Amino acid sequence: MELTTFWFVIIAVLWIGYFVLEGFDFGVGMLLKTVAKNQAERRAVLTTLGPVWDGNEVWLLVAGGATFAAFPEWYATLFSGFYLPLFLILIALIIRGVAFEYRSKYGDVNWRARWDNAIVAASFIPALLWGVAFANIVRGVPLEVRNGVIEYAGGFFNLLNPFGLLGGLVTVSVFLTHGAIFLALKTDGAIRERARVLASKIGLFAAIVTVIFLGITVTAFNEKTTTFGLAAIVATAWLAALGMNHKGREGYAFIFSSVALGFAVITLFTALYPHVMPSSLLESASLTISNASSTSYTLKVMTYVAVALTPLVLIYQGWTYWVFRKRISATQIPTPESGVLDSVQ
Amino acid sequence: MRHVTVDFDSVIENVREEWDYTNRRALMSNLDLARWQFAITTVYHFIFVPITIGLGFLVAGLQTAWVRTNNPKYLKATKFFGKLFLINFAMGVVTGIVQEFQFGMNWSSYSRFVGDIFGAPLAMEGLLAFFLESTFLGIWIFGWDRLPKKLHLASIWAAALGTIFSAYFILAANAWMQHPVGYVINEERGRAELTDIFEVLFQKTALATFIHTIPAAFFTGGAFMVGVSAWLLVKNREKLMATTTLKTGLVTVILSFLLITITGDWSSRVMTEQQPMKMAAAEALYDTTNRAPFSLFTIGTLDQSRTVFQIDIPGLLSFMSTGDVNGVVEGIKDLQTQYEERYGPGDYIPNVPLAYWGFRLMIGFGALATLFALLTLWRLRRGGIPKGRWFLPAMLSMPFLPILANSFGWIFTETARQPWTVFGLTKTTDGVSPTVGAASVLFTMAVFTLLYGILAVIEFKLMIRAIKVGPEVIDTSDFEVGIGGDATKKLTIAY
Repeated sequence: MELTTFWFVIIAVLWIGYFVLEGFDFGVGMLLKTVAKNQAERRAVLTTLGPVWDGNEVWLLVAGGATFAAFPEWYATLFSGFYLPLFLILIALIIRGVAFEYRSKYGDVNWRARWDNAIVAASFIPALLWGVAFANIVRGVPLEVRNGVIEYAGGFFNLLNPFGLLGGLVTVSVFLTHGAIFLALKTDGAIRERARVLASKIGLFAAIVTVIFLGITVTAFNEKTTTFGLAAIVATAWLAALGMNHKGREGYAFIFSSVALGFAVITLFTALYPHVMPSSLLESASLTISNASSTSYTLKVMTYVAVALTPLVLIYQGWTYWVFRKRISATQIPTPESGVLDSVQ
Repeated sequence: MRHVTVDFDSVIENVREEWDYTNRRALMSNLDLARWQFAITTVYHFIFVPITIGLGFLVAGLQTAWVRTNNPKYLKATKFFGKLFLINFAMGVVTGIVQEFQFGMNWSSYSRFVGDIFGAPLAMEGLLAFFLESTFLGIWIFGWDRLPKKLHLASIWAAALGTIFSAYFILAANAWMQHPVGYVINEERGRAELTDIFEVLFQKTALATFIHTIPAAFFTGGAFMVGVSAWLLVKNREKLMATTTLKTGLVTVILSFLLITITGDWSSRVMTEQQPMKMAAAEALYDTTNRAPFSLFTIGTLDQSRTVFQIDIPGLLSFMSTGDVNGVVEGIKDLQTQYEERYGPGDYIPNVPLAYWGFRLMIGFGALATLFALLTLWRLRRGGIPKGRWFLPAMLSMPFLPILANSFGWIFTETARQPWTVFGLTKTTDGVSPTVGAASVLFTMAVFTLLYGILAVIEFKLMIRAIKVGPEVIDTSDFEVGIGGDATKKLTIAY
């Protein structure tokens, strides 16, 4: 395999990791007020994310860093081109992270209500915008050559086309379902039951929009026949996830929804290949794995690093999930109404 | 880009330049705004980073002491400073995401030029450091009742190790901007390309910066611990724990300062060799001089046109730069001529007052904190904390002094490299994203600044509150649950 292709695969793997892991984080965040009705339940829900959300978010940072290292032209064009959506994502991720850490420090109901709203909104915005961004990348955006460099020639509103918004709807509904399945797997009692029901309902809606979205992707935006097969795997895995969820087999449901998410990313990247950002204006203004890439020396160096470290990361991150594998129920939260900073001696 | 037409006579030319300059200042181009945004977000991020590194290791040390001795005061200290550490860590994490993105967002031309080299340490930082830090810190925070004592202790050490790796890679990336090595320029692609990763990662500049910055982080963490512990002692609370942590903090501050001084001296020499203009700007040394003095401070203008008052230490600048009090230090004017010969016409002089004062404030704030630490340690020798009226204000200033020193140190290092982003290779004016308009940068800068301001207030209040609440009562029998957890028992830690 060419090194550029190998790195295209690595970038895809990083996005799979990110969408599978932070995907359920976003889903849980968006559902916070819907599945959890009182303080004990809210804190139980947030505690399922507690040990893992930060590690999950690192997949994004590494995807960004790896794109910078392996495909600097892609990094530069994408990040300066999708300026406002990425900015909104950054703002949301800042607020979300702080909200997790600070929310329960005080018992004050207004303090907590504000952070809860922040968590819901700041989980929704990135969930939506990642879908919009990826749909647009696959669809092709206005790129043109300026001073010998391929630059984004559109604006913010170019991205809000029907297909882009459909992509956003897909990620929001898929992450909601994935998050609900995760919650059904990780909690007990009323939250678990509500999450299971929600996963079924939203999951069906997600199935419909995803099929439409992938259908358009494989027919309108690429000629590869393999993408049909991949899209079929996504649909099958998704239906299996919903079936397992319906039967109350939450572990399998989560595995299948993760597989569906993973293959959805694979479908998009396969459709994209060998482009990394196709131009909707002119084929010669498209960014590909060859005109966007670093030198083969840099790719070789990074290959050694990635091959040595990625398995290690998977092992210890997997171990975290093992350490915190037990369900959490609302009854386990000590003094749910009060925060550690409430009383001064 | 400044266009000067030769048809104009010099008077008109000057007027035009002056007009251009005022105009640019009034309007703030996307370049100016992107620079301000980088400065604001980076200085802000770096308030939290050194505390994370320094305090992380101190907390790991305290927990080790507890595991080894079983003395409850160490456990209490671990939990208490651990809580403060986490309030700070949250801010460091979320403001760090911006750092990874903004090279591409605001500095796309820079990213295209350096990506082949600069991206590698960033990606390595993510893979090796960020995963380690975030995963094991998650385990540490929530794992008190899930892991055997020693395994749980290992998790904070793993996270602390992650912060060190992170610092190394990002400092190596920065060192490459100060002193590019291991590259060739590909004229056709218009970019720098990597030829030797080991040279980039292990060059002298990277090592010098690393061994200067890490003790500074310990210094920051130590001073934080000193301030908090001293306050508890003044309020007559937690005497047993606070005395221990006060001493730990004081010793950390003093030892770190020694290391900072030694490595700072080495750094200045490396800097003089590689970026003489920066050293000249640090002293506002306009003319090449042997036995160059180091002025402690100046009242008047720095270009000697109107010096009202100045205290000089003869030969010190020569010693700092060359290791010899009689050494020759090149002045700004000579260097400007040299650079024009080498790099073509242009202004190669950084903002001299900023460099001069940044350098002094870095040293000054650090030295002041060390002085307070020495005085306190001296009094502790006789038992009891100092009684003087200076003590409490001095101690309350302790956590802030290193933060100021760190900030001014970086402001000096980065601004005195100007006009270059990568020294000798590419200028800041050529790095900004051509497709992002001034309005977009202004908008994002305003929102970042506003959000960062609000978060600073919230964080500060939480921190103060957490200190006032003080250490909690801990029942170690809560810790005995085991891997996986127990579905019926109350959790010891919940969000």
